[in-house]
Amino acid sequence: MSTPPVYNFAYLDEQTKRTIRRAILKAIAIPGYQVPFPSREMPMPFGWGTGGVQVTASILGPNDVLKVIDQGADDTTNAVSIRHFFARTAAIATTTRTSEATIIQTRHRIPETPLKDGQILVYQVPIPEPLRFLEPRETETRQMHALADYGLMHVKLYEDIARHGHIATTYAYPVMVDQRYLMDPSPTPKFDNPKMHMSPALQLFGAGREQRIYALPPYTRVLSLDFEDHPFERTRFTAPCALCGATDAYLDEVVTDDRGGRMFVCSDTDYCERRRPARQAGDGGERGHEHR
Amino acid sequence: MSTAEVPLISAAGLTKFYGVRVGCLDVDLEAYAGEVLAVVGESGSGKSTLLSLLSTQLRPTRGSVHFRMRDALVRDLFQLEEAQRRLLSRTDWGFVHQDARLGLRMNVSAGGNVGERLMAVGWRNYASIRREARLWLARVEIDGDRIDDLPTTFSGGMRQRLQIAKNMVSAPRLIFMDEPTGGLDVSVQARLIDLMRGLVADHGLAVIIVTHDLAVARLLSHRIIVMRYGRVIETGLTDQVLDDPREPYTQLLVASDLRG
Repeated sequence: MSTPPVYNFAYLDEQTKRTIRRAILKAIAIPGYQVPFPSREMPMPFGWGTGGVQVTASILGPNDVLKVIDQGADDTTNAVSIRHFFARTAAIATTTRTSEATIIQTRHRIPETPLKDGQILVYQVPIPEPLRFLEPRETETRQMHALADYGLMHVKLYEDIARHGHIATTYAYPVMVDQRYLMDPSPTPKFDNPKMHMSPALQLFGAGREQRIYALPPYTRVLSLDFEDHPFERTRFTAPCALCGATDAYLDEVVTDDRGGRMFVCSDTDYCERRRPARQAGDGGERGHEHR
Repeated sequence: MSTAEVPLISAAGLTKFYGVRVGCLDVDLEAYAGEVLAVVGESGSGKSTLLSLLSTQLRPTRGSVHFRMRDALVRDLFQLEEAQRRLLSRTDWGFVHQDARLGLRMNVSAGGNVGERLMAVGWRNYASIRREARLWLARVEIDGDRIDDLPTTFSGGMRQRLQIAKNMVSAPRLIFMDEPTGGLDVSVQARLIDLMRGLVADHGLAVIIVTHDLAVARLLSHRIIVMRYGRVIETGLTDQVLDDPREPYTQLLVASDLRG
């Protein structure tokens, strides 16, 4: 029997972590600016959150409490594996409670429980460049960022209104950071955009395949782009969560049978569970809310 | 001296080498507001290089280009900051390409194409952007119903007119055109030329147009520059140069024109 492998604290070697921390510091110093960093191979494929994992590994300390969510849920494969990964390689405490965590790594959601001073939210980012699908040349998009030449982004929103009558972008909705850099909030639903604005938590964004890190320091102004006569609107739901009755949360559609049955429940599992202490989990599902 | 007597754009000793090959050599020219200047010559004579240099898309090997800004100050274009040059190129200047695909965003609707310049300089009201776009589509004779259609669904002549609308919406003072009538059939050409003449007259535009089509040059331009091997070999009033060419090469060019 061989001995189990011994990892450096949080898997990455110290030199790499220092390099990534320098990139993070630069990113914090220039809010919304994409800082290149030497992304490492991680024991998971690109697209599974390698950027977020490297950022988390670089900022993790022995006393940190880590929470990992995937689309708001603590119990999906990606979230569970990453939580186990750090529990094993860094022997840190993990939690599913938003309020107890010091670092929250997330894919595509911001927790419903408001974040506090001292917490850090780490986003996994697939494509950091908000202009990518409008202007494929990286040389040109960098130039556009340097000159704050962002008219093109509004052309995209204009096209949305012309075609659909309203701004049809519902996730990865572009934001302007501190009136300077155009930023992709990663594919979070636009419902979460207002939470980024003046958040007391530090927000770090890691894109592993694209080798970019960007950041929002606490209390940064983050405004969603819009038109005067077509202002930004948060997604609204017509009915409350079928499990906890929340009316202020982002809901997922869950198909319950093969006869068209469905219900809408909180995507943030921690938030939902905290709100229904009296009931057993899953109990309320049978009430079968049908709306829309 | 009134501003009308100061050229809007002027080039001195403009030279571009591609390695050891000459793009254009020691070109001096000036263009005034309300004037159409045609640059003619056969393929490879340096016309397009000259246009790229004047519009700062290329940096010259030596020489300078000066432009009279809106505040009447004459500035050396290559001393300006990149941000200022960009602002110039999407407000004070227009560029109409032979291939509309270079000048238009083909996956963006006609209205979006026309509105882009407005949004780039900070327009944030959807209704007013649309109103302005409709106005310009009408001016270039594109039906308002087509405002949400993609340029891919437009004919060649419509695409060129859309390019012109896209450029004119920011009220530019100088328009560069590279063979704008190339590849269009004659009746469409005639209407386009008509439109361009109207715009020049109404808005006091300066136009620098590169063409190998002497008939277009004759109909549209006031003055003409003949280029060969990267040099300017003859310059003067258009009718004078075309009716009574001095240089043997110009004589050949005029004589070769089928519609002469």
